This record gives sequence, structure tokens and C-alpha cells, in this order.
Amino acid sequence: MFDNLSDKLDNALHLLKGHGQITEVNVAETLKEVRRALVDADVNYKIAKTFTDTVKEKALGQNVLKTLKPGDLMVKIVKDELTELMGGDAEGLDLSGHPSIILMSGLQGSGKTTFSGKLANFLKKKKAKNPLLVAGDVYRPAAIDQLHVVGEQIDVEVFSDKEEKNPVKISERAIAHAKSNGFDVVIIDTAGRLAIDEVLMKEISSIHHTVKPNETLFVVDAMTGQDAVNTAKAFNDVLDYDGVVLTKLDGDTRGGAAISIKSVVDKPLKFIGTGEKMEALDVFHPSRMADRILGM
Amino acid sequence: AGKSKVDAAVLDDLEEVLISSDVGVATTIKIIDRIEDRVAKDKYLGTEELNKILREEIASLLAENEHKLDDDDEKKPYVIMVVGVNGVGKTTTIGKLATLFKNQGLSVVLGAADTFRAAAVEQLDIWSKRVEVPIVKQKMGSDPASVAYDTVQSAVKKNVDVVLIDTAGRLHNKVNLMNELTKIKRVMQKVVKHAPNEVLLVLDGSTGQNAFEQAKQFTAATEVTSLAVTKLDGTAKGGVVIGISDQFKVPVKYIGIGEKATDLQLFDKQVFVDSFFSQ
Ligand SMILES: Nc1nc2c(ncn2[C@@H]2O[C@H](COP(=O)(O)OP(=O)(O)OP(=O)(O)O)[C@@H](O)[C@H]2O)c(=O)[nH]1
Ligand SMILES: Nc1nc2c(ncn2[C@@H]2O[C@H](COP(=O)(O)OP(=O)(O)OP(=O)(O)O)[C@@H](O)[C@H]2O)c(=O)[nH]1
Ligand SMILES: [K+]
Ligand SMILES: [Mg+2]
Ligand SMILES: [Mg+2]
Repeated sequence: MFDNLSDKLDNALHLLKGHGQITEVNVAETLKEVRRALVDADVNYKIAKTFTDTVKEKALGQNVLKTLKPGDLMVKIVKDELTELMGGDAEGLDLSGHPSIILMSGLQGSGKTTFSGKLANFLKKKKAKNPLLVAGDVYRPAAIDQLHVVGEQIDVEVFSDKEEKNPVKISERAIAHAKSNGFDVVIIDTAGRLAIDEVLMKEISSIHHTVKPNETLFVVDAMTGQDAVNTAKAFNDVLDYDGVVLTKLDGDTRGGAAISIKSVVDKPLKFIGTGEKMEALDVFHPSRMADRILGM
Repeated sequence: AGKSKVDAAVLDDLEEVLISSDVGVATTIKIIDRIEDRVAKDKYLGTEELNKILREEIASLLAENEHKLDDDDEKKPYVIMVVGVNGVGKTTTIGKLATLFKNQGLSVVLGAADTFRAAAVEQLDIWSKRVEVPIVKQKMGSDPASVAYDTVQSAVKKNVDVVLIDTAGRLHNKVNLMNELTKIKRVMQKVVKHAPNEVLLVLDGSTGQNAFEQAKQFTAATEVTSLAVTKLDGTAKGGVVIGISDQFKVPVKYIGIGEKATDLQLFDKQVFVDSFFSQ
């Protein structure tokens, strides 16, 4: 890992100082370093390439003669570009429904069930909402129990039906239950699935068509590598989701998948997960994420 | 096939295949350098030969692995402690391993030492019923080391062949949680000195470069002896294990290819390497 990108870039750029200006030729080595650093942070290979092309355009012609540390100048260009790429102001959630429906989606083990609980807790405590959690995972061993434990921890009701094997029906009944019992937000947890699993992708698509969520969220593990682009795109093709949740950022992963996903689907990154506890949720900050990816 | 020149374009393609399988920049450069060295001797290689060399080079980075349990009777029960970060597939892999061993005619007991994650005990309990092997458990929130101790003790008393200890997912940068693993290990050794025979680190096949740090920290805390790579039924190729295997000399033993009890395979270098160039 490049623990100090700025130093690395200083080395690559020091030659350049003699020339006074950043040119196509003398910046090539530097851009290669940037690209490597991004790939090491798990930014998709192709996206890192396109990204460094953009950075090059911004850097060309910049005067480095007066700059003490040309590495810093380059890092600033890179950082600003990353921040911009990851999106502007925090987006928030569409909570205009009666009730508002939020559908979780994602690969196995990405953190959907945990995040469902965190979001319910957040909406209850910070937004004065009355959420209902729905156990829509009928496959994973003890998935329903897990959501019930989570619900108890945060004192939020969980709707489940262990006899019903069709998550579409469970979701419909849960919404009816919410309407007649004064719940204003319905959060539907779903089973983890691979994007190439046609049967299960059809299932979630049919939940999506039936409940017409205000928000469909794609929950993804921040440690994901190069495959993030494929998965994010495949889920988006089926669900046209509204936002992305990046989990397990309490680890030491750089989280370059954030860039890859944003580039490929252009959907806002909305929340991050920073722990296993129900309070460990934060809104997404592009500039913090850029620092993290660059190891700063 | 005609001879084609191994030029920069061919090596660029190769680099792209490796990097986009999560092999990582450092290991990719290592592989490409080695190939360049070999190609320097014979500038004109057929694509087939190039592929062959490439597969050999990658395979040489993967640590050797013997697929058998230690059959030394003195070392019974054979204790496998399963560790890894959150959500990678530890509990599921235990269900699959129990199936595998049971089908080999071995007796198995599961230890529910994840007492933290919501319904983790219930999840393992369902696996125990599904595979029809006993489970040792305590209530949520109890000391995981104590569960592990009970499990090994019960295995000794009942002359069980294999003990599978499930542990809670934990991120490797959390010192207290990593120390807890060291403690679980130490406590099991009070029952049988050789425990655990194996520390199996489970890695999610779609993980990127952070898997290196996982391997490093779990090895530091528990001396990982083998790897299982899960979720390879998806589109991720799990290339990060090449570098890990090379750097830590820990063999990949198993791969997970689905959520069912039988979706576990013994790791086969050749098949794994071939999968990079399929598609
Ligand atoms: N450290 C950390 N762990 C997390 C975070 N979010 C979830 N987890 C853990 O990750 C593991 C998987 O989380 P789940 O919520 O069960 O994931 P899931 O997507 O519902 O999994 P499936 O239903 O099997 O697809 C659990 O051990 C969680 O405690 C996070 O932000 N940080
Ligand atoms: N497709 C696929 N899914 C898998 C595989 N192995 C595990 N899973 C799924 O991944 C999710 C997480 O698996 P678990 O076994 O609960 O993972 P864990 O590491 O025990 O999780 P924690 O205890 O929460 O840290 C579940 O939905 C499993 O069904 C695999 O090889 N392929
Ligand atoms: K695969
Ligand atoms: Mg779940
Ligand atoms: Mg588990």
C-alpha cells in the first residue's frame, strides 16, 4: 500500500520541477503512480485509467516552478477530482410515502440486515419516525431470528411470517399491517443474492415492482475489490436503485469500490456503516472518502 | 497456431486480466516480470505456450496443500477453529465442512463460539440439525472461550473425530477482538495440548486488497494455517489469494461455491488458475 501518496508523487514529480510546467511527457510517470495507488485502493482498473486521464487534463500546463512540493499540487488535483466524482451534497432519503417504503438489496453478507436495523434506529431517533422492519429473507438460516433480535435491540417492531415462503407476499402483508397500525416507514430486509442468480434477481425485481419503494438501497461491503463494478451495475440494471450504502468502514480498507460504483451507476452514495452496533451509521461524506482512498 | 510476438500489447492485456481479478499491483508486476524473463529467451511464443507459462507462474505462487486431516490418533480430536472478518461465510463454511467430514465417515461436533452476532447461535443450530451433527452452545453474550472449551471437552469425552469452532466475525484492526481469538485458542489448549490443529481463515472471494491485511492480522493473532475462499460462484475471481498465498505461505484448502451444504470444493490450483482466463 502507498502509505504516503504525496511523497510518492513528490518523487515522481521532482524531475518535473526543472521544466516548470506539467506536460504530457513529464507527467506520465506521476499518473502511473496515481493509477497504481487507486488500483491498490480497489478502484476498478478501467475506471482508474479514465480517472487519471481526467486528472491529466486538469494538470497540464499547471505551473510547478513556484510549488515547493509538487506532489501536494498533484494530490490536490486528484483529491478534488475524486471528491467531485463521488457526489455533491448529502442526498437524504425520500420519506414522502404513506408509508414510505425502503427496500434493501445486495450480495450475501454485505450487511443488509444489520443496516436495516441501523436505519430503523436512525429514523426513529433522529427523524421521529415510526418504522416497521420486514423479514423478507426466507432462505438464510436464522435470518428471521436475526432481524427479530435486531428489532428488539432498538425497540422496533418486526413483521415476519415463518410459514410464508414468498417474500413478495410477506412484503405486501407487511405494508398492509403498517397502514392499519400507524407505521410511517417500512424497511424490507431481503436475502443476499448474486447478481448472476437469475431466479433470485427475478424475485427481488418482483418485490420491487409490487411494493414500489420510495427508496431502493444497494448495500455493499466496502472491502469489495474489482468486481464491485459488475455487481453494482447488474443490480442497478434490475432495480434502478436510488442509493448506495457502504458498510464495514470501521475496518482499514481504502474503499476504492465507492469510486467504481459511483462511476458505473451514477447513483448517490448515501450512508456508511461503521460498526456492528445499531448506532454505527453515518451519512456519506465525499471528501472524507477521498482522503481515505488516498490514504491521507 | 501461428507464432505471435509477445509484445507490450500482450503483456498489457495480461496485466489487465490479473489486476481485474484482484491479484493486486505488486503481485501482478511480479508475475509479468517473471514472464518477461522467460519470454526474453524465446521472443516468439505461441499464445498457447504463453498461457502455459503464465499458468505455471501463477501456480508456483500458490502454496502447496495436502488434502487430508492429520490421522495421528494421538491428536484426536482434530480441532478446526474458523476465523475471519464479518460476513465472509464462516458459519456457512462450517456447515459445509461438517457435511464433508460426516460423508467421510467421521464424527463431528460444532462449537457455537459466536455469542455476539444477532442469532448467530440459532444459525449454527440450524446447520447442526441440517447436517445432523451435535452442537455445543451457551446463551448469547456468554464467553466464547468457555464455549470452545466445552466443545473440545465434550469431543474428548465422546471420542469425536472433528471439532469445528465458529467464531464471531471481527475486523482485524480491532485489537480487543483479535486478543479474544488468541484467548479462545489458549483455552482450548487446556483441554487438548495440540488444539487447534488448524486455524482456517475464511476470505470472501470478492474482497479486494484488504484481504492482505486480514491475512496478516489474523496470522499474527492466531497463526492461520489454511484459507477458505468463499462466494466464488459469483463473478469475482478471488485473485487476491495468489499474493496472500505467496506472501504468507498459507495454502488455500477450500473454496465455497454456493450456499448449500455441498457447495464446498477442495481447492485445485489448476482449476483456479484456469478460471482467470475463462469467460
Ligand atoms: N464491523 C462491521 N460489521 C458490520 C457492519 N455492518 C454489518 N456488519 C457485520 O457483517 C456481518 C454480516 O451482516 P448482515 O447484516 O448479516 O449481512 P446481510 O447482508 O444481511 O447478510 P445475508 O443476509 O447473509 O446476505 C455481520 O457480522 C454484521 O454484524 C459494519 O458497518 N461494520
Ligand atoms: N453465494 C455464496 N454465498 C455464500 C457462500 N458462503 C456463504 N455465503 C452466504 O454469505 C452470507 C454470510 O455467510 P455466513 O456464514 O453467515 O458468514 P459469517 O462469516 O459466519 O458471518 P458473521 O458471523 O456475521 O461474521 C450468507 O448469506 C451465506 O449464505 C458461498 O460460497 N457462495
Ligand atoms: K467466480
Ligand atoms: Mg441478512
Ligand atoms: Mg457467522
